[in-house]
Amino acid sequence: MIFSNPFSILSETIPSIAMQTFLITMVVLVILGTLVDIIHKKNVKYFFENAKKAKKSATRELGTGEKVSIITKTVVYDIGTTSELGAGKRRIAHLLGMYGTILFWIASAVMILCYSSSTSITPSVWPLIWHLGAIMTVLGGCWFWFFLRVDVYSEAQPWYRIIKADLFVLALILTSLFGLIWSYLQSLNLEDRWDDKVFLVLYIVSNLVLFGGVYWSKFAHMFYKPGAAIQKNLAEADGSRDNLPPEADAPEKFGLGIKREAPKHY
Amino acid sequence: MSTFVYMTRCDGCGHCVDICPSDIMHIDETIRRAKNIEPNFCWECYSCVKACPNHAIDVRGYADFAPMGHSVRVRREEEKGTISWKIKFRNGKEKNFVSPITTKPWGKFIPKLAETDKPNQGEIKSQILYNEPKGLNTKKELPTVSKNAFKKGVYY
Repeated sequence: MIFSNPFSILSETIPSIAMQTFLITMVVLVILGTLVDIIHKKNVKYFFENAKKAKKSATRELGTGEKVSIITKTVVYDIGTTSELGAGKRRIAHLLGMYGTILFWIASAVMILCYSSSTSITPSVWPLIWHLGAIMTVLGGCWFWFFLRVDVYSEAQPWYRIIKADLFVLALILTSLFGLIWSYLQSLNLEDRWDDKVFLVLYIVSNLVLFGGVYWSKFAHMFYKPGAAIQKNLAEADGSRDNLPPEADAPEKFGLGIKREAPKHY
Repeated sequence: MSTFVYMTRCDGCGHCVDICPSDIMHIDETIRRAKNIEPNFCWECYSCVKACPNHAIDVRGYADFAPMGHSVRVRREEEKGTISWKIKFRNGKEKNFVSPITTKPWGKFIPKLAETDKPNQGEIKSQILYNEPKGLNTKKELPTVSKNAFKKGVYY
């Protein structure tokens, strides 16, 4: 199962052009949802106005080379390793989910666009990436969902309390999970039994919810957060620091450091 | 004045929810970021502002008495044991302060009350607090105020 392209098998019943149209529709839905989100919440407008205001208190001008270097460092370290989450379980779970999702989506796009006809031969690396990505997403997402969600971890809410903020993570977990189950059942050659078809429908529906619900879910944070991280690091470098004081040059008499406790004292 | 959260900086870690003495910092149900659910009840104690690892919380003055863009921001670096403040006045003047969070190793001088003897009724009714006068580095007897000297109209 792990080395076979599920979309290639599916193309025996559904034409590959239909799959490719579905994929493009999902991309369009994400773009539309994000644009409507930006227009409605005016968050990007606020973000740039705030950045412009902060620039006035800059103590030095950054050169283009310096800016490029800061942005590159931010992309590689801050965004690539989600450093804002600090060291710990939240970061590991987020990294699992983030990279799992990226691998899952890239492999889906490649397999649907390039290898979805029944005659094409898929290099075994793509199905492997697709399945691995889905497993990583389910693991990271479930870890977050059951144990690490702030409303569960710090506010003592039960894990089964579902709120609007869960739309994104739940849709993400279910998409990967239904995809995996569908791929497994399809690989069993069930001779027109209902099982794999049911999970195929669930996989399609969860994709529609995930990509069609961008406006209502936290999906767009994937685009906003990197922007915010870049702005934060540029502000640190140009001395404006969003009005924050500079890092302390700690004298020794200030004593030992303190180990922060996890926010779990409810 | 009350606290508010910069949504682009908040990552929903829950430190402010944990530390708020008024229990008014909560997690938003739509975007899972922190928010002050009752600004009128905020004491401006700055606990959440200092606890936030992403500097996502700020305090705003009401526009009628703080209309000209002052700012009071803080950076707490626990690994260094320091807390730094940057005060920006309305006229643009800036002041920076750095202070120690604690001058003693954390935890070493916190009394383990569960392991100490229970106080008797005499000690409970006494005006002398726990660990006094030893905790004040003195062996002298501490002064007390006679109940008769208390303000009239207040009864104990």
